[in-house]
Amino acid sequence: MRHWLSRLPGFFPPLLVFLAALGLWEAIVRVAAIPPYILPAPSLIVATLYNDRAILFPALWITVEITFGAFLAATLGGVLLALCFARWPWAERCFLPFAIILQVTPIVAIAPLLVIYLDADSAVLTCAFLVAFFPILANTSLGLAATDRMLVDLFTFYGASRSQMLWWLRWPSGLPYFLGGLRIGGGLALIGAIVAELAAGAAGKGAGLAFRITEAGYRLNIPRMFAGLTLISLTGITIFFLLSAVSRLLLRHWHESARSSER
Amino acid sequence: MMQNEPARILVSLRDVSKVYRNGTEALRDISFEVRQGECVTLLGPSGCGKSTVLRLIAGLDPVSSGVLTHERGETVGPDSRCDMGFVFQEPALMPWANVFDNVFLPLRLIGQRRKETRSKIEAILAQVGLSDFQKAYPNQLSGGQRMRVSIARALVRDPALLLLDEPFAALDEITRFRLNDDLLRLRETFGTTFVFITHSIYESVYLSSRILVMAAAPGRIVEEIAIDASLERDENFRLGETYLAYCRKVTRALEYASGARV
Repeated sequence: MRHWLSRLPGFFPPLLVFLAALGLWEAIVRVAAIPPYILPAPSLIVATLYNDRAILFPALWITVEITFGAFLAATLGGVLLALCFARWPWAERCFLPFAIILQVTPIVAIAPLLVIYLDADSAVLTCAFLVAFFPILANTSLGLAATDRMLVDLFTFYGASRSQMLWWLRWPSGLPYFLGGLRIGGGLALIGAIVAELAAGAAGKGAGLAFRITEAGYRLNIPRMFAGLTLISLTGITIFFLLSAVSRLLLRHWHESARSSER
Repeated sequence: MMQNEPARILVSLRDVSKVYRNGTEALRDISFEVRQGECVTLLGPSGCGKSTVLRLIAGLDPVSSGVLTHERGETVGPDSRCDMGFVFQEPALMPWANVFDNVFLPLRLIGQRRKETRSKIEAILAQVGLSDFQKAYPNQLSGGQRMRVSIARALVRDPALLLLDEPFAALDEITRFRLNDDLLRLRETFGTTFVFITHSIYESVYLSSRILVMAAAPGRIVEEIAIDASLERDENFRLGETYLAYCRKVTRALEYASGARV
């Protein structure tokens, strides 16, 4: 006999657990009468989201804009550089170490420097770009290199040109890796944007969500901090689901990762 | 028809050797020629360089010494390749493309349009019994069906010479018999010449007009066995006394070749 939970649609069990946790949270706050400046109840957080919408949503828009811009730039940059690496292997030997150095140095440590050298807006954008860039570059490079030997022979045998080989063979066979890189990069772009906003503080002309959270912290407006946090995680979740959907759509016919788990 | 006039030579190898960069001598003094209408099988223990011979003919690897000549002149340019098809050990299909597009690839690579070639590709898919699978993706096909797609792809440019590198090694016996018969039928339809690699004695006798038995270290040809081409290749042939006699003969040659290695 299968457990009744396993017969529900896939998204249902986690949703149930999540709602149960929220309910428990609400109950504890009410029963123990915890003051909102220590731990606000979920209902209060939702109310704050609504009441402070004039502050929070413009801030969300700014953060989303930065994240999206950085993600786009990282995707373009990562793919272009990966294509260069694939075309000229010596370029990979020359430049990959630098990409790795940038990757392994924690972005939180680089952000304050960027804020000094660049104006606040470009610093935030650069920061988000730097974290999102590497996984896209690394995955795309890996994908372009991981081509089936026999297919390479096949293309060679039929006299494929270099560009035919790249666009009709290496690119499609690397696509799953590239999309994996995008999923990681999308999440990291948001993290990068938040980290940079924290470092930049109020220096930027438009204040993003991270700035609003810090500001609310100074005022001990804990419910608003939670409301801001909620918006950030919702943004992250949305990015993840959008990119997963794109990935499934593009790979649905052929790649194992896009097969439905139903048998 | 071709018994009357001497058939033209499609490929000839004269004292061809292959030494890899690390010094391994893969092939030594390989000499043979393939005439139009033949099915020449290279048979030998693993590691004897059968596949290497095929790769040299295909122009995928350069010859170290000796002369390899295609009908159109000395190797090896894209020009000489136009007249060949290659069936690899595995189906080697593009998993992201459906059956039609996989078969279309060799034509697409020389700049032909999908529309212009549709009827041709449909005809070839019908020949290999895959008419209903044009839109299917490789992961929806069985192993035998994938191999048929691979064969269709190899035939799509109407090659004079078809190179097959142990194409059926991974298939079960029944599928293998069926594909052997299909191959013979296709050969009649298209008039294609075959160079076939296998390590199955039975398959080699069933398909070939000539068997070249190879030995390893270094790879070389130790014996040549002609199979009477006039014999009808069907189930009766496979069960008959002549077939078994040929198989015994080839077995002995192969035993000698394998022994000669040690």
